[in-house]
Amino acid sequence: MCKSIEERRLDPFNVDVDDIIAVIQKYFPEWESPEELCLDAEAIHRLASIVKLQGDWVKHRSTSLYTDPFLLEEKIRRLSKEELATVFLETWRPIIELEQISLHGLSEAIKYWQDLLPLSERWLKTGSLEMETGATTREELVKLRILAEKSFLEELEVFWEELKHRVGGAEKIRYWDFIGADTYPETTKRAYMTSFLVTYGYATLELRPLEEETFIKPFEKPRSTLGKKQMVSIPVSISFEEWRTWKRGEQN
Amino acid sequence: MENVEKRRTKLKRKAYYTRKIKRATHLLFYRRHKKPGVKGWELRRKLGSDYPKILKILNSHLDKLDLQVKTVFEGEKPAGQPTLEQLDKARFYITLRGGLAPKETKMMGWRIDDIAGLATAISYIIAKKGKAPREEVEELLRNKLPGWRVDINMNRYVRSGYLAEDENNQLYLDWRTRAEIDQKALVDLLMGTETEMPIS
Repeated sequence: MCKSIEERRLDPFNVDVDDIIAVIQKYFPEWESPEELCLDAEAIHRLASIVKLQGDWVKHRSTSLYTDPFLLEEKIRRLSKEELATVFLETWRPIIELEQISLHGLSEAIKYWQDLLPLSERWLKTGSLEMETGATTREELVKLRILAEKSFLEELEVFWEELKHRVGGAEKIRYWDFIGADTYPETTKRAYMTSFLVTYGYATLELRPLEEETFIKPFEKPRSTLGKKQMVSIPVSISFEEWRTWKRGEQN
Repeated sequence: MENVEKRRTKLKRKAYYTRKIKRATHLLFYRRHKKPGVKGWELRRKLGSDYPKILKILNSHLDKLDLQVKTVFEGEKPAGQPTLEQLDKARFYITLRGGLAPKETKMMGWRIDDIAGLATAISYIIAKKGKAPREEVEELLRNKLPGWRVDINMNRYVRSGYLAEDENNQLYLDWRTRAEIDQKALVDLLMGTETEMPIS
């Protein structure tokens, strides 16, 4: 019955929703198996759609389009074809459309057709291009920016040599005196490289907390400390203000 | 001097609207998508934000030709002045302004039977709150049309966009009915038409 109502064959008000709900409520405690509960769920689901249809009915009835379907059906049955068509024509405003090619469109189409190559030629052109394979050089890869001009390790070793040179016979150098450069970006780049010098065993840091000083000491040969000692991370702040302070001290 | 400047501005504005009206005519008369008509947002993009004004001017020009710019809103027609958002979502068509004479329908390829069948199907679906089983509508049409024509006609109404059918063979009113037919007037006219009562 619910299905018939959903398909608009029956009046949704033929169903006494309250009565069915009362029956479902009465027998609900007795159900145990999932199948029985599923059937109950389906019944509730169907009832919900009936309630929705009843709501729609009330809504439709309150609109200006409401007409008693039986009355209207009767009218349709009694009216002749001519009468029906006449009534319809009074309310029908067909859409107007044009289907016409313009002279401009036609000339464009002819031009396109003239320029269009035959299929046999077009297929030849769209065939895959054969390329010979060959070897590329390192210089070409550097040019294409696939490789850096120097490998990172090479760059690190140059930086290590610079550190050793700057330290000279003094064994160590103040951290900021080594990383400090004319510009702030260059300073941060040097600090970045220095962190790798320490991590990879090319140098070590000496911290003097009381004096708030940090020194960097290069090793003669790289030492592999990975796995032998516990690694400690040392955060070093390289702010723009610190760089300016260092720069002013350097100038004085 | 001031007058010359005023005239020049007026001429410029006139040229602007003439250009825009031509563009709007092309957009509305030629079908650019699967369905005819143009969405408001498309018109705004092609004609500018003052497209409602351009359509209003075009509509007054079309009046002389018994044509009109028809606006079909998404959902219910707004009670007052439509907002720009509602206009953007609406679809605009060019339709006839006045009614057609029965003789004229032949020029459009519609027989009187086809039109009577369409009127019956549409008004029955309206009466059934916008949804009715196909077999019920066909049954009603069989009263006045030969059986073999009923199926052909129903398919034609669906194909033209007057009716839509779902997988459960339920019929609905489709986009063309919403664009072309004044549903309320149709029902009112049908109900108001006097019919002879059968003598029992």
